[in-house]
Amino acid sequence: MNWPAVKAIYGFEMARAWRTVMQSIFSPVMSTSLYFIVFGAAIGSRIQEIDGVSYGAFIVPGLIMLSLLTQSISNAAFGIYFPRFSGTIFELLSAPVSFVEVLLGYVGAAASKSIILGLIILATAALFVDLQIAHPFWMLTFLVLTAVTFSLFGFIIGIWADGFEKLQLVPLLIITPLTFLGGTFYSISMLPEFWQKVTLFNPVVYLVSGFRWSFYEISDVSVTLSLTMTIAFMLVCLAIIWWIFKTGYRIRN
Amino acid sequence: MKVTMDRIVSVRNVNKIYASGHQALKSVNLDIQRGEIFGLLGPNGAGKTTLISIICGIVNATSGHVSVNGHDTRNAFRAARSIIGLVPQELTADAFETVWDTVTFSRGLFGKKPNPALIEEILKDLSLWDKKNDQLMTLSGGMKRRVLIAKALSHEPKVLFLDEPTAGVDVELRKAMWDTVRGLQKSGVTIILTTHYIDEAEEMADRIGVIRAGEIILVEEKNALMHKLGRKELRLDLRAPLTTLPDNLAEFELTLNDDGSALCYNYDRAKEHTGINALLTALSNEGIAFRDIETSQSSLEDIFVDLVNDQS
Repeated sequence: MNWPAVKAIYGFEMARAWRTVMQSIFSPVMSTSLYFIVFGAAIGSRIQEIDGVSYGAFIVPGLIMLSLLTQSISNAAFGIYFPRFSGTIFELLSAPVSFVEVLLGYVGAAASKSIILGLIILATAALFVDLQIAHPFWMLTFLVLTAVTFSLFGFIIGIWADGFEKLQLVPLLIITPLTFLGGTFYSISMLPEFWQKVTLFNPVVYLVSGFRWSFYEISDVSVTLSLTMTIAFMLVCLAIIWWIFKTGYRIRN
Repeated sequence: MKVTMDRIVSVRNVNKIYASGHQALKSVNLDIQRGEIFGLLGPNGAGKTTLISIICGIVNATSGHVSVNGHDTRNAFRAARSIIGLVPQELTADAFETVWDTVTFSRGLFGKKPNPALIEEILKDLSLWDKKNDQLMTLSGGMKRRVLIAKALSHEPKVLFLDEPTAGVDVELRKAMWDTVRGLQKSGVTIILTTHYIDEAEEMADRIGVIRAGEIILVEEKNALMHKLGRKELRLDLRAPLTTLPDNLAEFELTLNDDGSALCYNYDRAKEHTGINALLTALSNEGIAFRDIETSQSSLEDIFVDLVNDQS
């Protein structure tokens, strides 16, 4: 195991976040705060409670998930795409590192950044709404699992993308709709029965549901199922990345 | 430079066919001896960079094997890659990083513990010390090139690949880089150099390999190559110009140059009988007098051009 390499990559990626602190931290915090003000305070005060939780508080876990997913993906995707684009990836490819070190470095840094971001948003939310966290351990577990899983997914996109457009495509066209339709702003039980069934194909439902449960002990699907689905998605991403490194797909050909 | 005869890099039957169908390398076999400076020459698109990229692990070979210091570059890639340093042809660098950070990063990436004293020494040797806190995007091309060399040296490689190291570098800096490379060789580093500047290979290399259209067409000690393939030319400045060559001189391969005022004779130095005596006797018999005589030897560049053209 080449630990100095993990440290070097991780340090490099974290330093990049500090250089772009406006983009990596302030702008997601800003946009999430706007959601709180509009949906939580302005509109939320006129919406009735959901499962005994005020609407403003109800959307907090979903909003954190929304940022966590998009930021994990874009952090990790950009982190590996940019060296490919600029050509500096030659050094990574010629270094004595396996996919384990590369992942720990790039995905570890991307996940760390989104976890920090998630916690900042959580703190920001506490300024606007009354928060309670019933299961802090599980809250953190879902936070970390989701950040890692979607950073892995972002890493795959960063390898797959052959232009900046594709890099933006998946987060914008797939993840954002899935998150909005995944119960961020409502409980699935509020949907017509047919759409409730369709929604179960949306992986984000399981993340938001599990995460919300850790706050308020209310969930759309069982917590075990949430956890299982998240871990399953993580394993699929890991398998794809293992294959990418084994075959050199898009990086060594 | 004395070169011990053991291989540090061994390339066996390496083929590379890109997804486009282009075959960049055709059954390449090549051995690099420990401690030598090996000059890899070839026209653009001959496969030099592909070959280096395969040895360094950046590109997968379609078939064949490469070992570095006895370690297979695929099965034992950690051991193989950890002793290789690569200075790529393209000036690729993270624009926003500082010189110090990027060189330190490279050392870490290759699994070496931090060693600020060594990095300082490398930066000073490459005249980059006063730029250590500058962002890479603010540096000139020549400086970026040196940063790439510093990055490659930061992890103390035993084998160093220099892919066109002096492209776009001014004459003074080129000479300084050559000194650096010689210094590295003295410290035991094996160097593989690709270059467009044949005089660079002629100046630096112990052995020369020529690659053309994905095939290694020749590997030879530089001096032997110059001796074997280098032709010598004898030039005689005539007292009186000739319009045509006399029939008695037809057996010699002569050319009349400079409006008939110079006779040029190409001969092979390696042969026992160069024909010079016979030529001079024949000229004397014909009553052709000359006022000056000079010989010149073809450069590696001439040899290279002949080689590449011969086989195409």
